Amino acid sequence: MSAFTQALGDGAVVAKRNLIKIKRVPDLIVFSTLSPIMFVLLFAYVFGGSIAIPGMDYREFLMAGIFAQTVVFGATITGAGLAEDIQKGVIDRFRSLPMARSAVLIGRTTSDLANNVIVILVMSVTGLIVGWRIHSSPLEALAGFALLLLFAYAVSWGMAIVGLMVRSPEVFNNASFIAIFPLTFIANTFVQESNLPGPLKTFAEWNPVSAVTAAARELFGNTNPMASEPSAWPLQHPVLMTLIWVVVFLLIFVPLAIRQYRKAVAR
Amino acid sequence: MPGVLGEIDLKLSDPGSIMARMADAIVAEGLVKRYGSVVALDGLDLVVPEGTVMGLLGPNGAGKTTTVRVLTTLLEHDEGTATVTGLDVIADAKELRRRIGLSGQYAAVDENLTGFENLDMVGRLYHLGKQRSRERARELLERFDLVDAADRPVKGYSGGMRRRLDLAGALVAKPRVLFLDEPTTGLDPRSRLGMWDVIAELVAGGTTLLLTTQYLEEADRLADEIAVIDHGRVIALGTADELKAQVGGERLELTVSSARDAATAKAALAPLAISEITVDERGQRLTVPVSGGADVLVDGVRRLDAESVKVLDIGLRRPTLDDVFLTLTGHAAGGTDTERKQGEKAE
Repeated sequence: MSAFTQALGDGAVVAKRNLIKIKRVPDLIVFSTLSPIMFVLLFAYVFGGSIAIPGMDYREFLMAGIFAQTVVFGATITGAGLAEDIQKGVIDRFRSLPMARSAVLIGRTTSDLANNVIVILVMSVTGLIVGWRIHSSPLEALAGFALLLLFAYAVSWGMAIVGLMVRSPEVFNNASFIAIFPLTFIANTFVQESNLPGPLKTFAEWNPVSAVTAAARELFGNTNPMASEPSAWPLQHPVLMTLIWVVVFLLIFVPLAIRQYRKAVAR
Repeated sequence: MPGVLGEIDLKLSDPGSIMARMADAIVAEGLVKRYGSVVALDGLDLVVPEGTVMGLLGPNGAGKTTTVRVLTTLLEHDEGTATVTGLDVIADAKELRRRIGLSGQYAAVDENLTGFENLDMVGRLYHLGKQRSRERARELLERFDLVDAADRPVKGYSGGMRRRLDLAGALVAKPRVLFLDEPTTGLDPRSRLGMWDVIAELVAGGTTLLLTTQYLEEADRLADEIAVIDHGRVIALGTADELKAQVGGERLELTVSSARDAATAKAALAPLAISEITVDERGQRLTVPVSGGADVLVDGVRRLDAESVKVLDIGLRRPTLDDVFLTLTGHAAGGTDTERKQGEKAE
């Protein structure tokens, strides 16, 4: 058995363990889907009336943004889960076993991806109920979902580093919120980035979350026919830019996360 | 053929060190581990012969857990060398992990999995294969009396059950060397006794065990040899009896009501003392070093009675490992032990 297949095999064992948790503690999935549903309703009915997107219905505009925000939040489970495992000594046990060093991380990110798939399904239904429609081909729509999940998967590895460093789920949650809120709000997720003031506009244009949101909009056929061509390169080529972000994230985060795992011990 | 025999003789009498090393399951030399300016291990030396139980005894922060983490490849030390079953803990870490089992300070079992699922998972991660992992999980559940709870999530287990399951997890791959880091910390007395039985049975089967504990009684009961650790170093090494001998033998301790009685008692007991009798500064408490066990106590009481000394309290005290610790380090092993001793005195 090569090192790589062994890592995948061990990763599958760990992923199965995490998925059993989703099954045994259904509250987790319930709450991780309830909050995005709440966001959809909040923006569609409360803020939606005050946010005008000339040329299209706000709800059509909104959904890709909410999808992006939700999968990024879903990715934070990776960090919280690892921090909890460290705290409980489970990582010590894993690290004393003759398993691949990357396996716990592969398993964790994979099961969190599965979690995100479930959340996206529930959200899509909610979106359809409030009036969101996909105007592209099924293949393009599928590509849109795949891109969102791929993006979240790459972000997961970054969250893993933080989770392994802070070693406490509570600290991790506070720390990740500080990073995730600006990333998901100073973006084209809920408003058009062109309306943002100077520096925030530049931030939003180069924000990876904006790229994946614009890409999903494009692939779902939810783009605004009346909007002018975006001025920044990333938003002119959102699909390509998202893929670039994914590759860059994985190249940086995967080795760093594995390095951090090798050193991780409970206090 | 005398020549050949001669050669064999030579080989057998050859440097004992090689033979000795073959028989030593754990060898640590001059281990140093620093966390910034804090020195967790400060030149720790340790040798554990195969098939024996070594107890690492020390208070919180003495370096017990750090030692276990270095030896189980969880932590890289800064200086020194360490081998387990002849494998270097850094260079041969991966191969080494196949041969050891670790049960940590906190029961590292997954609360959401059942007992069976926990052990099955560990088996899969030792690469025993699907079939073998399941069989082994069932065997261990049976052995640790967890069959009835096997298919319930661990969340509902008692503390003792969790520890047993965690220990079972450490045994999945039938390790040659087992590390137990404070296996009974936090358990109620009954569960602790149960755990001791399980461990005693285990080592009777020939497993090499390194056990850390804050409980002096635990080390006394389970370990063949005890290494007392303080500030990252082994400050004493020996069997429980050897350590006790270092502190001194048994003594008669008595409290009388007045200084005058104390003088009478001292004279009356002088024939029993094997060395000098000490009287405390208040002049009411005497310590008489003796040998001979309960007979001496009876004899002492008779002699005091004959002199009509009013005795408030009398007892024969054998040295405990608490005394060992106090003698060696100048401080008690831990708050709980001090409290326990005070409790005993009050009785």
